[in-house]
Amino acid sequence: MTLVLSQLFTGISIGAVLLLIALGLSLTFGQMNVINMAHGELIAAGAYTVYVLQKVLSGAGLSLLIALPVAFVVAGLLGVLIEVLLIRRLYARPLDTLLVTWGVSLILQQVFRDVFGAPNVQTRAPSALTGSIHVTDDLVISSSRVFILVLALVAVAALTAGLRTTPLGRRIRAVVQNRDLAAVSGLATGRVDRLTFFIGSGLAGIAGVALTLVGPIGPTMGTNLIVNAFLVVVVGGIGQLKGTVIVAFTLGIVQSMVEYTTTVSVASVIVFVVIVAFLQWRPQGLFTLRTRSLA
Amino acid sequence: MTTLQDPVIAPDPTIQPATRRFGAGTGSRAVIGFGLAAVALFGLAPVVLGDFRLGLLAKYLCLAIVAVGIGLAWGRGGMLTLGQGVFFGLGGYAMAMHLKLTDAGPGQLPDFMQLYGQLDTLPWWWKPFASPAFALAATVLLPMLVALLLGLLIFRRRVRGAYFAILSQALCAALAIFLIGQQGTTGGTNGLTDIQGFFGYDLNDPLNRRTVYFVVAAALLAVLGIAWQLMRSRYGELLVAVRDGEERVRFLGYDPANVKLVAYVVAAGMAGLAGALFVPAVGIISPAMIGVVPSIEFVIGVAVGGRAGLVGPALGAIAVAWARTALSERLPSAWTYFEGLLFILPVVFLPGGLASLAVLLRRRTAKKEVAA
Repeated sequence: MTLVLSQLFTGISIGAVLLLIALGLSLTFGQMNVINMAHGELIAAGAYTVYVLQKVLSGAGLSLLIALPVAFVVAGLLGVLIEVLLIRRLYARPLDTLLVTWGVSLILQQVFRDVFGAPNVQTRAPSALTGSIHVTDDLVISSSRVFILVLALVAVAALTAGLRTTPLGRRIRAVVQNRDLAAVSGLATGRVDRLTFFIGSGLAGIAGVALTLVGPIGPTMGTNLIVNAFLVVVVGGIGQLKGTVIVAFTLGIVQSMVEYTTTVSVASVIVFVVIVAFLQWRPQGLFTLRTRSLA
Repeated sequence: MTTLQDPVIAPDPTIQPATRRFGAGTGSRAVIGFGLAAVALFGLAPVVLGDFRLGLLAKYLCLAIVAVGIGLAWGRGGMLTLGQGVFFGLGGYAMAMHLKLTDAGPGQLPDFMQLYGQLDTLPWWWKPFASPAFALAATVLLPMLVALLLGLLIFRRRVRGAYFAILSQALCAALAIFLIGQQGTTGGTNGLTDIQGFFGYDLNDPLNRRTVYFVVAAALLAVLGIAWQLMRSRYGELLVAVRDGEERVRFLGYDPANVKLVAYVVAAGMAGLAGALFVPAVGIISPAMIGVVPSIEFVIGVAVGGRAGLVGPALGAIAVAWARTALSERLPSAWTYFEGLLFILPVVFLPGGLASLAVLLRRRTAKKEVAA
């Protein structure tokens, strides 16, 4: 029983990381139909922000707290830069954004390599997050994992509330649901796009801060993560936050369970087969907006 | 709600060639083109290039074969496949398994299996690859079969566009992780290396390596011929129609899923063939050549050369691979920046690729003539 619980928690914490990454994607890919392959490098930008801040500030705990808003802004501005320079020209060609942002990701990776060096860098976790929590005698979970889970849930709650209640959220939803109607109603859709992209990219920065607690920080740290995060958004349903949340945790748990019963290498194939099978049942993802479109 | 509909592709003249004018030319022009390509590949290159350069060219031509398939599936069919590495890898591994078994001799285990020492006998799924006929057929048919199964599941359920691209990429990641994990039977991260012979010919002999080059060049010409036939046929018109308006084609009574499936399966077969030829040409196949990164790099040459044409993808792939060799050895850092720009600039500013430059120039001179 303990074993199952501990695997369950591993799965949930994999899911929390996936969720943090996929949240930003569900805005840029889900709401704006932009496939941002440079999302992984925005994550790395957030992680390097922690590294730089720790060089400047001495306290690990303080620097992590300051890093959260700073990384949000750094990654967000980087994202807006990409949007303004490149993606804006490609809204009619969503597939091409994928190739272009892949190019951006290559360039950003090389920038990281040239500035911070190719090897992974280290950060110190704050002392409050280095320990672990003994739930029972056998069941031990690490505090940093709990912190990431809480961070992911807070981010989801903030994003949901923001989209539902704030004027900006209302505008974002309006542009997503009917861009032309929003435009003739007097919304500056271009500005809304940029703000959406800023928030989506900023969330990648937050994910990067969280990842410094559990893994190495390196130039290519994001590439390995976003393939699965994209799957989460696709399977959850485009533009559906609740779908993203459910699928992120389900995928995390399935992965940890399958990995435990088989091996990592077999699990990767099984998870893929499960996803293709799932799409047979729900080709548009778990939740879909009911529309009159033929897709 | 606009996001779930088909992307409305702007009528960009450089990206939507009239089939019979550009890319897949008319009969006589095509024959001349094939003739020139054959002269360049079989007459010029072997004379001008030394053994080492010719070997490199053989490798580039393998990548060009993959690119022709991507041009068909993506340029003509609108399916951005980021998973051609899967099919390239299946073809490559099928060929390499056979060659490893031949190198080891009858009844012996391949060297890496003895090295890792986990196995006493050959795994059952290795055994059929001892037969040259089975292995050769598998290099092309196995990728096509996988593409058929996956395509049936995906296209029938109308999963397309970005969803398709992401799924194909995820398959790539899954296969690479799977191969790395099975070190005892697939060679793991190292892959299948150190291939000595090719159907009885010693690959260390420079003369035999030249022969391999000729085989690859012949395969590229054959693949170009197949793609040309497909593009100029009624099927080719239908494929472009599905790319530009899938629902309209459905209402006209065709099943777009089948149309896309054919292009996807053919492209997979071409990638498999390329993988199979890559093994004797380069002497190695490993997960590093079939994962997410190499798979998306297959696409870049196609985008640079011109996705919708016939020769554009092939020439683009060769040019990009050549630039990689030339630049990455001397300036590894600069090459990465350059590669990033290669993804960005042509796609943003020249969606039709370099091939469309020729069309644009021709149009401009035609306009001038009219004005005069």
